[in-house]
Formats: sequence, structure tokens, C-alpha cells
Amino acid sequence: MSILVNKDTRVIVQGFTGSQATLHSQQSIDYGTNIVGGVTPGKGGQIHLDRPVFDTMGEAINDVNPNAALIFVPAPFCKDSILEAAESGIELIICITEGVPTLDMLVVKKRVDELGVRLIGPNCPGIITPGEAKLGIMPGSIHMPGSVGIISRSGTLTYEAVKQTTDLGLGQSSCIGIGGDPIPGSSFIDILKLFEADQDTKAIVMVGEIGGSAEEEAAEFIKSEVTKPVISYIAGQTAPAGKRMGHAGAIIAGGKGTAADKILKLEECGVNIAENLLEIGTKTAEVINS
Amino acid sequence: MNLHEYQGKELFAKYDLPVSMGRVISNAEDAVNACRDIGGNKWVIKAQVHAGGRGKAGGVELINSPNEAVAFAQKWLGKRLVTYQTDADGQLVSSILIEECTDIAKELYLSAVIDRGSQRIVFIASSEGGVNIEEVAKNSPEKVIYESIDPLTGAQPFQARKISKVLGLDKTQTKQFSKILPNLMNLFINCDLSLLEINPLVITTGGNLHCLDAKINIDSNAIFRQPEIAEMHDPSQEDIRESEAAKNDLSYVSLDGNIGCMVNGAGLAMGTMDTIKYFGGSPANFLDVGGTATQERVAKAFKLILADPEVKVVLVNIFGGIVRCDLIAEGVLAAIEEVGVSVPVVVRLEGNNAEKGSEILANAKVKIESLNNLKEAAKKAVELA
Repeated sequence: MSILVNKDTRVIVQGFTGSQATLHSQQSIDYGTNIVGGVTPGKGGQIHLDRPVFDTMGEAINDVNPNAALIFVPAPFCKDSILEAAESGIELIICITEGVPTLDMLVVKKRVDELGVRLIGPNCPGIITPGEAKLGIMPGSIHMPGSVGIISRSGTLTYEAVKQTTDLGLGQSSCIGIGGDPIPGSSFIDILKLFEADQDTKAIVMVGEIGGSAEEEAAEFIKSEVTKPVISYIAGQTAPAGKRMGHAGAIIAGGKGTAADKILKLEECGVNIAENLLEIGTKTAEVINS
Repeated sequence: MNLHEYQGKELFAKYDLPVSMGRVISNAEDAVNACRDIGGNKWVIKAQVHAGGRGKAGGVELINSPNEAVAFAQKWLGKRLVTYQTDADGQLVSSILIEECTDIAKELYLSAVIDRGSQRIVFIASSEGGVNIEEVAKNSPEKVIYESIDPLTGAQPFQARKISKVLGLDKTQTKQFSKILPNLMNLFINCDLSLLEINPLVITTGGNLHCLDAKINIDSNAIFRQPEIAEMHDPSQEDIRESEAAKNDLSYVSLDGNIGCMVNGAGLAMGTMDTIKYFGGSPANFLDVGGTATQERVAKAFKLILADPEVKVVLVNIFGGIVRCDLIAEGVLAAIEEVGVSVPVVVRLEGNNAEKGSEILANAKVKIESLNNLKEAAKKAVELA
């Protein structure tokens, strides 16, 4: 088992014919992901990467029956694309694009919640279930099927956690990047619930960073609802206050959202802390083997 | 992106919010005419910088003659104002706002933020104004109200009445506030704000509500659809290297240390800074070169890092996901040659084709410490700094 995606997931790519979408869709296909087609308005009827292109999500649903949408459209158009996917009846939407206006997400998040659709991202590396399906931009080769579930707000930092758990022979059940934006489609808690219920996941690695209070809320949830061991690393222990550290959501505002506060809260709630990013793998192995 | 007070007030005026009549000057000789235009015989004069705490730092004065305005302008224009919110260098004063004087009966607090927890725009109001709102919230929480706005309905009159109660407004002021709230909400949405703060919002001796200050932040992700606001950008208020980085689409924040960092990905960049600290070093900057670390971008990043005279060593940490490490290695070499890097460079390549990348670096003419292990690379950088 795994969470959210597996070899049977039928993927439709929105913004399919763009350069980024083409590059990453090809890599996903090579990884074995079942991409059934794409949507690019105005290019319906074409064939791209040996798969059909549609003008609208509605046509794609009728013709190739996808159950997950992977979005690569430019930021100004993401609101439209996510809403189109959500209204089409698809169950899972993953938005990779960085730079979506926050107020767009405010409305989008409310609507996808109403419709009961699960949104991952935006501004995220996507989801991978090693050996089965890769819906995102992560390098497939560093992953290995296994027992650790990984959730993260950051892309390359997730790769570090993945590489370390692969090198130690632990492998991953699934890895999810929830994205670095202030209003993410799914929170740590949403994904923790799924990993808690997944039989193949023995331990959960949660990679957080400064800004907001998602890690603190997750800590409370872990304390009361998660029985599996959780290992956490928080990036930004040396970040100055009031500066946006790359990600739109990574900012210490009004003295809140510091790494120290988050680590303290996580420790209080029984989470195992990897003090340094180099220790994520060894800490996880230690916890699993104890 | 931050706006100056005078720019915020220009937006306030457009949205029919009560602000003082004022003039902005960037030359001392314009001060006399500005005072005459405004009229009266008492004015408030304020240095315009992107930082709070201006009053205590001498950047705000009450004046009784146009000559005093000239003197104030001569004293501050082109100088740097240091407040408790700025660094030791302060912020450049390139414009000054002169306003008619407002007689204050009571100071209140009003702000709006995007609350990440509730995923709503939330208005925060308090009957205690002109002070640090976090302190008020801590010491007398009953004086602060948080009112969440549904993105689909917008701000409703009942919400204005609810806030008015906590602010202690009378009937006339409540009516005024019932106009102010939806107007602020429209401003927030239409201009893609991420923060709006009026501290203080005042009741004048005449009994009317009045916006005495205006602090506005715009969502950087939405600047593309806010051309008028993009024009208001004042690069003089930013760190020179940070604005240079922004022009090149690089994410850069300058710090106090001496180890320059070049990393792909924001999270890993923070993680790398933390690792340097962990081994007893001190990072000179945060820098995310992005997912596609091409030679051109790497060269620009090197230039930025080396523009900081404190930098004694550069640590390059790249996790090659989609990009191949051998291509990055070639990019790093070409960039070092192009820029003429004179400080030691430590490179850690991991991921896609990392071994081939390390080989290229090992055989290079320039001396590079190439390690495929972050721990060793960070230790080496700390040792060389």
C-alpha cells in the first residue's frame, strides 16, 4: 500500500504541452506513471508524448477517465485550472506551479473543500510512491520502495530526507511535498492522517520550516491521533526575522513562526527531532529499530 | 513588497477612506509651497522609510512654520534614518510627507492580514492604538477583536458594528466605520495586499474617524497583475544585493556571517545555513539559485555573493534532481572563470550524475574543494572561513 497515488492512478496533465510539463511528464512516464493524456486549451485533438490532448477537463474526463490532475500551468492561470479540475469531478489535484497569488488560493481552497476534492500544493514537488507512480518533479532515482512516509514543505530538502532513508535501506512508502505557500491545499495534518492509516508506513518524517504555525498544529495532532513514530526536522534555525526566505510562506512575522518555537512544541508532543538535516536518516533508522 | 506611508494614503484616498491632506516632497525647496498648498499654521512632517518607529528616531515632527519644514527636509533628505526596526545602517530618506495637523481625542488600532490558520482575511482591531498590538493582545486580550471575513461574502455591516463595539465608537463613528470596513476590504482584495495596518486609527477632537498612518504590504506573487502598484516600488529601501538578486530572479537575503552560500531550493538553502551554524560557522547569506542551476544563473549568484566583502569562502550545495550534476559542475567552473573568484570554493554535488560532476571539478585548473557529503563540505567551509 501507499497513500494517494499508485500504479493504477490515471493522471491527466494540465498545461501538458508547455516545456516544463513536457520535460516532467516524460520523466513520469519513464518512471512508469500512467499518464493518460493532457489538457491545453486551444490544442485539443493533438497528440503529445503519444497521448491525447484535450481543450477542456470535461472532454478529458469523458475520453480517458483520469482520477488525478497534475498542474503545470503558469501562476496567473492556476486558479482557473485548479477550479476547472475540481469542478470536473476529479478526486486529486496536484499543483506544482510556484508564485500563485495568495488571494487566489484563499478562494480556491474554500471551493475545493466544499467539493471535497483533495488539493496538494501549489509550489510543491508533488507526490511519489516509489516504484509505482511519480506525479511531480522529484528525481525518481533517489527513491526506493519502503516503510517511511515523508511529508515536507520544501522540494530539495525532501530529496535530502529521501536520499538518506534510501542510503540506509529504509525506503519510502510515499513522499508528499505540500508546498511552501501560506495557503496550501493540504496541510501536514491532512497527510499525517493518511500515513497513520497506511499499513506500509512504519514511521513518518515531517520536514518543516519557519513561518506560520502548521508544524505546531501538526504537533498537537500527532500527540493525540498519531500512533506511529514521527521524526521531524525544521529548516531555518538561522533565518532572520521579517525576511522571506525564498518560499512565500517562510517568514518569521511578529516574532512568530521561529524554528525554535516549532521544535519546542514538537518535542513537547513526543516528536523525535533531527537537530540537523544530516541526521534525518539516522534518526529515523534509530527510531524504527528501537 | 512594501509601500511608503504616502503611497498607502494615496490608495486610501482612492478608496474613500478618511486621510489627512498632504504633499510629498523630495527637494527641501519644495517644502514651503507644500505647506502653503495644505494651508493652516501647523503641520506634521514625516520622513518616508519602510520601517516603523520613525517618531522615536526623530523622523516625525510637529512644525509651526514652513521654515521648519525646510530645515527638517534639509536635515533628512538623502540621509539614513535608524529606528529600532532597521539595521544599524538605517533606511534612506528620499521623500518626506507633509500633512495638515490632526487633533486627536483617542487613538485606536486597525489592521487586516491573511490568517494562515483560518485561511481567511482577518481584521484585527483594538481600543488601544499607537502602541505595539502584540503587547495589547498579551496583556489585555479583551481590548482586541479578531473578525474573520468570508472570501465569498466580503465584509458585512454587522461585522463593522461588532468591531465598533470593541472600539467603543459612538453612533456617528459606527456609521463611519461601516463604510470604512468594506472599503478597506475592497482595497485589500483589489490590490492584492498581504497586510494592511492603520496604527493609529484616531477619533479626532471633532468626533470623526481618521486614518493617521498607513502600512501596506503587497503579495509579491500578485505584482504581475498590479501594474500601478508595481510602479510604486522603491528599490532604495531594499538591501542593494537583495534588489539586484530580485532583478535576476534569484532569492537572496544578506546575513552577518562570512560563508557565502549557493544552494538550489529554499528549504535546502535554509538547511545549509543551519548546518554551517551547527559546525560553528556563520552564513553570509541565504541564496536559492532555483531548480535550473544553469551556468548563467550560477555566475550571477557568484557575483552577488562576492559583492559582500565579508565573504571568506563560498559553499555551493546542489542537490541535482532533474538537472544533471555534471552540467552544474561545468557551469560552476565556467562561472568561477568568468567572475574571477579569488576566495576558496567548496562544492557539494549530490543526486543525478554526482560522481561525474565531482570528477570534472577534481580535474579542473582552478582549485575547488569537491565533496559529495554535506557534512564534510560544511565542515571544510567553516574551517576555511
